[in-house]
Amino acid sequence: MARFIVRRLGFMVMTVVLASIIIFFATTILPGDVASQILGRFATEEAKSQLRTELGLDKPVVVQYGTWLGNFVRGDWGESPSMNTLVRPIVFERLGNSLMLAVVAFVMYVPLGILLGLIAALKKNTWVDQTISVGSLAFIGLPEFVSGLILIAIFAIHFKWFPSQSAIPPGTGFVEALPYLILPAITVALTSLAYVVRMTRSSTVDVLQMDYVRTANLKGIPPRKVLFTHVLRNSLLPTVTVVAIGIGWLIGGLIVTESVYGYPGLGRLLLFAIQRRDLVLIQSTALLIVLIYVVANLIADILYAVLNPRIRYS
Amino acid sequence: MVEPNVTDELFDTAIMDEEAVKGFSEPEQQERPKTWRLYWRRLLRRPAALVGTVIFCFFLFLAVFGPWIAPYDYEKQDADLRLAAPTLSHPFGADQFGRDILSRIIVGTRNIFLLGGSGTAVAVLIGTAIGLFSGYIGGTTDEVVMRLLDVLLSFPSLLLALVLLSTVGPSSLNLVFVVAILYIPMVARVVRSMVLDLKNKEFVEAARVRGETRSYVLFREILPNALPPLLVEASMRFSYSIFLVASLGFLGLGVQPPSPDWGLQINLARNFFAIAPWVLLFPACTIAVLVIATNLMSDGLRQVMLPGGGRN
Repeated sequence: MARFIVRRLGFMVMTVVLASIIIFFATTILPGDVASQILGRFATEEAKSQLRTELGLDKPVVVQYGTWLGNFVRGDWGESPSMNTLVRPIVFERLGNSLMLAVVAFVMYVPLGILLGLIAALKKNTWVDQTISVGSLAFIGLPEFVSGLILIAIFAIHFKWFPSQSAIPPGTGFVEALPYLILPAITVALTSLAYVVRMTRSSTVDVLQMDYVRTANLKGIPPRKVLFTHVLRNSLLPTVTVVAIGIGWLIGGLIVTESVYGYPGLGRLLLFAIQRRDLVLIQSTALLIVLIYVVANLIADILYAVLNPRIRYS
Repeated sequence: MVEPNVTDELFDTAIMDEEAVKGFSEPEQQERPKTWRLYWRRLLRRPAALVGTVIFCFFLFLAVFGPWIAPYDYEKQDADLRLAAPTLSHPFGADQFGRDILSRIIVGTRNIFLLGGSGTAVAVLIGTAIGLFSGYIGGTTDEVVMRLLDVLLSFPSLLLALVLLSTVGPSSLNLVFVVAILYIPMVARVVRSMVLDLKNKEFVEAARVRGETRSYVLFREILPNALPPLLVEASMRFSYSIFLVASLGFLGLGVQPPSPDWGLQINLARNFFAIAPWVLLFPACTIAVLVIATNLMSDGLRQVMLPGGGRN
């Protein structure tokens, strides 16, 4: 088990380092001179070269990369030129907002997805199963802005049940923010639900065909007990992995959803940074999102190993 | 990375009749026409997949002939029609510049098929090449290549697309490359796993003993037999590329105005949502229909071509 975790950790570090290289070099070769962007077109050549020295832009790229990564690790994320404030507090405030949305969406789709998947598997090849399977399939890959707009049209504009925009001010607490979180969370849940349903269904169908399940049934154990003690333990394993991997996306990947609802989360911050060409902000936000993804993947792997002895001991 | 077998659905092993078993276990040239006819017969038995395929073909038709079918000039602006509600002459209404929305949707179909299609095609070509050689050569080369692809795969795809596009700038050509870069690892993995399955089979062994060159073995013996999973993978990638291209258009980082791109159109008309919802809803519903149809079709292809599971 320890060796397994060490190997996963090694892979994780490799991914983050490679990601930081891609992000750094992608942003440093962005067209345009940073110094003239900050100081404006009419700055003197002297002032510009002085700023370049201050920012370390006159040094070799590799040295710049090292300095940047070192500062990121130490928590010095620099100052955002487009917002005129320190980057770290802003990113962490947005991270908090993203976490709130992630929690609401998670509560919406995970239990429902598992339940629908189980029903479909138990009623395999009936119309119930067909409806759930085809229905969930339809929503896979449906862009969030499409479902989001349709939801806004129905529940915000027509019925006026929820606000159509979710631009909550900084420092809003969870309870006050909740009404603004419902529609974005449903949008996210619609996209993610299908994965959970399909995963649960297919693995439960597999497990139900196993010999030991037949033995349990033939022994006369009540069906409910067979399901809860014999089937679920094995059949929910892949679902756990899918859900854990999805957490990374829930926190850092909702760029489109947040943009539809104007919700101030991490994804929207990244989009803002890209639109403003705010390099400092892009670098920190993007690297933080990658970190969140990688950690979610690691948790998924470890959970899988903990729950599945076959991996743990091999 | 622990690979969740997302697609391993044992939907119906029962349908795998004797004919199919023969077609898969003894892959020979003369068997192939029969296999395709079998796929077709199975497809006819799946109403959802059939409906998806028909709708998909309809959009394909629009993509090819759109400009000649569209009732109006998609670029013509008419001040009197600004944000006009749907009527008989303009069934989907008109946008903020008084342009006919139906015509813009029809003409815009080609855009999404061209961008998503060529991105997917490039990814399939390069991914297949990487998967074939890496799997066939094996050893350290294979190990290194696969680790690198794993790293790429563990990136959030939209984030990678955004960072890349912000570097190279949004343009149609760059969009194609970004789609391709995102999907190469996935295609390569599917092809590689097929190669690992096939490379020790007797008919490949026989070709090697005959003294055939490596590229003959790869392209004439292994590739034709890896075709069904590759096709299924390609159709799934295409479905995702519609998602990606439309989303990037919506975020304003895809194709630039005045292109009739669906996502872009929605993005530019967002301020008018409350007063003229049709400007957004018709393009949005069109995207929904195309995505759902493509999903149903590719899932149907998977069940028809790879009964009893498929990948790995």
